[in-house]
Amino acid sequence: MATAERISRPETLARTRPGTRNPRAKIAVPGNSGIKVVQAVTIRKPAPELYSFWRDLPNLMQVINHPVTISAPNRDESHWSVSAPAGKRVEWDALIINDRPNQLIAWRSRDGAEVQNAGSVRFEPAPGDEGTEVTVALEYNPPGGKLGAMIAKLTRDSAGSQVYDALRRFKALMEAGEIPTTEGQPVGGPQRLRKGKK
Amino acid sequence: MKALVWMGKKQVEVQRVDDPKILRPRDCIVRITSTAICGSDIHLFNGYIPTMEKGDILGHEFMGEVVEVGPMVRNLKVGDRVVVPFTISCGKCTHCVRQQYSVCDNTNPNWHIAEAMMGFPPAGIFGYSHMTGGYAGGQAQYARVPHADVGPIKIENDLPDDKVLFLSDIFPTGYMAAEACDIVPGRTVVAVWGCGPVGQFAIRSAFLLGAAKVIAIDSLPERRAMAEAAGATTIHSGSDVMEELKAMTGGRGPDASIDAVGMEAHGSAYDQVKQTLKLETDRPFALRQAILCTRKAGVVSVPGVYGGFLDKMPFGAAMNKGLTFRTGQTHMQKYMKPLLTLIENGKIDPSFVVTHRVPLSKAHKAYPMFVEKQDKCIKVVLDPAA
Repeated sequence: MATAERISRPETLARTRPGTRNPRAKIAVPGNSGIKVVQAVTIRKPAPELYSFWRDLPNLMQVINHPVTISAPNRDESHWSVSAPAGKRVEWDALIINDRPNQLIAWRSRDGAEVQNAGSVRFEPAPGDEGTEVTVALEYNPPGGKLGAMIAKLTRDSAGSQVYDALRRFKALMEAGEIPTTEGQPVGGPQRLRKGKK
Repeated sequence: MKALVWMGKKQVEVQRVDDPKILRPRDCIVRITSTAICGSDIHLFNGYIPTMEKGDILGHEFMGEVVEVGPMVRNLKVGDRVVVPFTISCGKCTHCVRQQYSVCDNTNPNWHIAEAMMGFPPAGIFGYSHMTGGYAGGQAQYARVPHADVGPIKIENDLPDDKVLFLSDIFPTGYMAAEACDIVPGRTVVAVWGCGPVGQFAIRSAFLLGAAKVIAIDSLPERRAMAEAAGATTIHSGSDVMEELKAMTGGRGPDASIDAVGMEAHGSAYDQVKQTLKLETDRPFALRQAILCTRKAGVVSVPGVYGGFLDKMPFGAAMNKGLTFRTGQTHMQKYMKPLLTLIENGKIDPSFVVTHRVPLSKAHKAYPMFVEKQDKCIKVVLDPAA
């Protein structure tokens, strides 16, 4: 479940041997200039159950650990509104461009998006009784360009960790029925004072 | 409620804090009737476990009465008497299904901290730093218990708290460590480094599993005496342990060794200096000695807690002798029921280990006593009502 994240340059794109599956192959932002993220998690549930949750996009608000609003006026279109640094919001419309039931969902932002992005989620059987491997591949042009992305990465708020956190929470919700938390538990001072001030 | 709070290195305080509440549908709230200080709490007290925060409530060995249950908890009801395991497990992930409960995938909300240190996150643990979830502990009057449908074991007999409390950690921990030794009844010789509470249970568990001989190593006479009471032969850790072990095993060395000491072993000035200077996170003196002393093709079983990176490990000896290592936080839910049966059948009475009883309101005084092993202290039980 390693974080794979880097700024890609077309001439240095990793080559894979012919015949091997490259999870990055399906993603594209115009100009191939974005930041790429690939994250994976294995969930001990059958693919149809996981696919169904994900296919109803507003469900993702439960697992994304960041203030986000997702609305889906119809089955293939969605509107995303994500809070950004300095009290701003970043919004875009997205379109599902590939949908293979129980296997794959791919999307990209519509033209004119503030954050151009494209991505996919795959549901593939894991070996033996391990369950289903869920792999998200995402490519985006961050607000503030590459500098913004570097700053975001330094503050552990990069898309890679956001996607990974969402996948971990997705796994916990699907397997255990709840996402673990300690928020709201008793604490002693000085944490108690900090909590009281909020 | 009252709770024991970590306030920095060698500083703990009893404070008034909010009562816990149900935060997830599979939670329950337990009114604690007995709680204990664990040897592994020493590592927190002494500041050797990273990711502690001032204000964290300590404690992971507790039992009590269920006073509230979440809507998804069907196996427990208000009024049930329960012992709570120190690890928190979801019961549903691949590891839990394989009974590897202490490495549950879904109970550590701080997975990113644990991954940075260990690659993958182990399960959440009560009161044991933010690396293992930052859960409020049980040296308190009440505790929130997540996944209450998987963790706590119901006590449906009238055995007193002292006899069942240690199902929360040290009895299963000692037992799993002994089970890891591949004991062949009547043949296997087991050596146990450290005669603290986990060592004591490892010694008794090794005998329950049929060990031919158990040799226990410790520097303190009262702890060796407790080990001898269980039938163990003992060695002072300040002696030439290798020579003593050879003399007691016909020159073979023990078939299996248990390191029930962990990261703060005494006996090595080198480690003491390096750990103090933060050049080394752990003082693995006992583990090094165990590796060297264990018989060829033997087992080294490590229930002792380690935090980080260990210096000067004789891994050449481990490799060339073909040793097998077994370790891990205890897979509690696998052991609690069978060990409760052993207690009910009178095969063991875990209350032997208790040397001190202290009101929770005086817990801050019990810590230095336990850590410095004053007054022949081996195990402290706290009374939350007092």
